[in-house]
Amino acid sequence: MTSTTITTPKIADWRDILALTKPRVMSLVVFTGLAGMLAAPVPIHPVLGFTAILCIALGAGAAAALNMWYEADLDALMKRTASRPLPAGRMDRESALHFGVGLSFFSVLLMGLAANWLTAGILALSILFYVLVYTVWLKRRTPQNIVIGGAAGAFPPVIGWAAATGDVTLLPILLFATIFLWTPPHFWALSLFVRSDYASAGVPMLPVVAGEAATRRQIFLYTLPMVAVSVAPWPLGLTGALYGIVAAGLGLAFLFLSMLVLGNKAVEPAGMKPEKRLFAFSIIYLFVLFGAVAVDRWLPL
Amino acid sequence: MNPDEQEIRRRQRSRAIIMGVLLAAFAVLVYAITIAKMGLRG
Repeated sequence: MTSTTITTPKIADWRDILALTKPRVMSLVVFTGLAGMLAAPVPIHPVLGFTAILCIALGAGAAAALNMWYEADLDALMKRTASRPLPAGRMDRESALHFGVGLSFFSVLLMGLAANWLTAGILALSILFYVLVYTVWLKRRTPQNIVIGGAAGAFPPVIGWAAATGDVTLLPILLFATIFLWTPPHFWALSLFVRSDYASAGVPMLPVVAGEAATRRQIFLYTLPMVAVSVAPWPLGLTGALYGIVAAGLGLAFLFLSMLVLGNKAVEPAGMKPEKRLFAFSIIYLFVLFGAVAVDRWLPL
Repeated sequence: MNPDEQEIRRRQRSRAIIMGVLLAAFAVLVYAITIAKMGLRG
């Protein structure tokens, strides 16, 4: 190493700062937040709606930056995350911490000023939940990490709804519950075929702690209430038939794919096609389901 | 100026440009929020 390298301050490229916010994860967060907002019975002023969605995106980005700040050592141990800005040494941890904290305050304050303070409070809660409950408390301690921590990712539709209406009713709570119950099958399917990565980093994901068979059983068991909760808004009269039919169809497909996972006995990633298929479908599932809840409000059958 | 310093200058310049654009966008956004809020109250 040359003396120049030692004394040169790290000036992160803007692309690395952007990478700290996990833009791909943000797209799902923004979409479900927008769907919650569009599903609300009262329209929101377009400028305020845009600002609220921007704040959801910034809040998610802030939480992701703080997650990367805290987990830099862990990320360095996993192939999937080793090239992130902090473990790769392209950025120093202090900058990531300042960026995350600053963006958190900025997103919450802007949300409060543009929408309302209830929504700002829920946004703050979601950031704190992801950083303190999931990242700091649960992730390295228990295989239930993503079960409880999954709540953090379930807040956006509630935030979108609250920004438009100023309150929280049964439909956004059911949308919250749907994402909450969707998270374990989604992440456990992923963790089955990247198990060695988690194991080498010492993260107690369910396949590492309880094995493949138990994880596949849990995926199936979580899918059952997820499907029930996702369809529930229709019989309860909170949405129309369009949403109900889409939710039921998607739910049956999810259930079918989770049964294929349940029946799979492979222990090597090469034989885990059903798990990879379920993981890929779970992303499409959430996009289409939340697209349907928004379309159902504006173009009911 | 050695290659390291050149790279640092390039990064500082691109970050400064982006920060300038973001600040200008923020000013426009605050203006638009203010007009929207005034419209709601009116």
